[in-house]
Amino acid sequence: MKINIIRISVFIFLIFFIIIMFVGLTKNNNYNTKNLVGNEISEFQLISLNNNETFFENNDLINSQFTLINFFASWCSPCRLEHKYLIKLKEENKKIKIVGINFKDKKNNALSFLKELGNPYEFIAKDSDGSVSVLFGVYGIPESILINNEQKIIKKFIGPINQSHYRELVQIIN
Amino acid sequence: MKKFIFMIYFLLYSPMLIADNKSNLLEITKNLRCLVCQGQSIADSNSDFALTIKLVVEDQLKSGKNKNEIYKFLISKYGEWIVYKPSFSKDNFFLWLLPYGIFLFGGMIIFVILKKKKHS
Repeated sequence: MKINIIRISVFIFLIFFIIIMFVGLTKNNNYNTKNLVGNEISEFQLISLNNNETFFENNDLINSQFTLINFFASWCSPCRLEHKYLIKLKEENKKIKIVGINFKDKKNNALSFLKELGNPYEFIAKDSDGSVSVLFGVYGIPESILINNEQKIIKKFIGPINQSHYRELVQIIN
Repeated sequence: MKKFIFMIYFLLYSPMLIADNKSNLLEITKNLRCLVCQGQSIADSNSDFALTIKLVVEDQLKSGKNKNEIYKFLISKYGEWIVYKPSFSKDNFFLWLLPYGIFLFGGMIIFVILKKKKHS
């Protein structure tokens, strides 16, 4: 009787183990931080790329209905690809303010990059060591975060902004 | 033989034997998952993301934050996935309790087998 109980228990355990393995192996494990949408952003103070005196803080987000915080660098080739959409966004939509955070870059290189491709940013901040990017939950660039004037994350764009992201952005804004 | 089986059993499960002489930084970064690497911790990786997180953890330790505060901060930014050892919650209680369940189940089987052998 006892042996039967053991056999049944081992059998149930094996079935359970197989189910766990099956579920685990068929699940998509590609992780991103898009599930953080809806969270309020923490307190921050961005320092201007041009000088060390001008700041951009949480309170500055209130002035615009939407703010797109874009992490970019001159050494990042996907940033070049998305730049035209940022320019277009700035030119065609007045409800959004774009803030650029220059990630682990040299000032001169960043300025040349903007001179060559255009400047869509209302404010350009520097993040020389990457610590500011951690405040926004960024783990690679380019990455863009759409925030409303209540300081809540509306959408995260991981990777370069493309045509479909642009349309999505315009839909959200309007 | 009985003693030997029990000894092996408890040695495998005893967390007391895991020596921990690493520094705080290493201890924390070992429990952080590098989100852009394949199966590496922040401590093991030299990716740009890992280097940034190491720097932030170091800064926070210097500013007097403890291990749990640092984990809490990083979880708020990157989600529970960033820590290898997630906190106990209603979503993962099964994951936490399963090893204890297996431990008791294994002990029960050994007990029944030994008792049966003794009787026969």
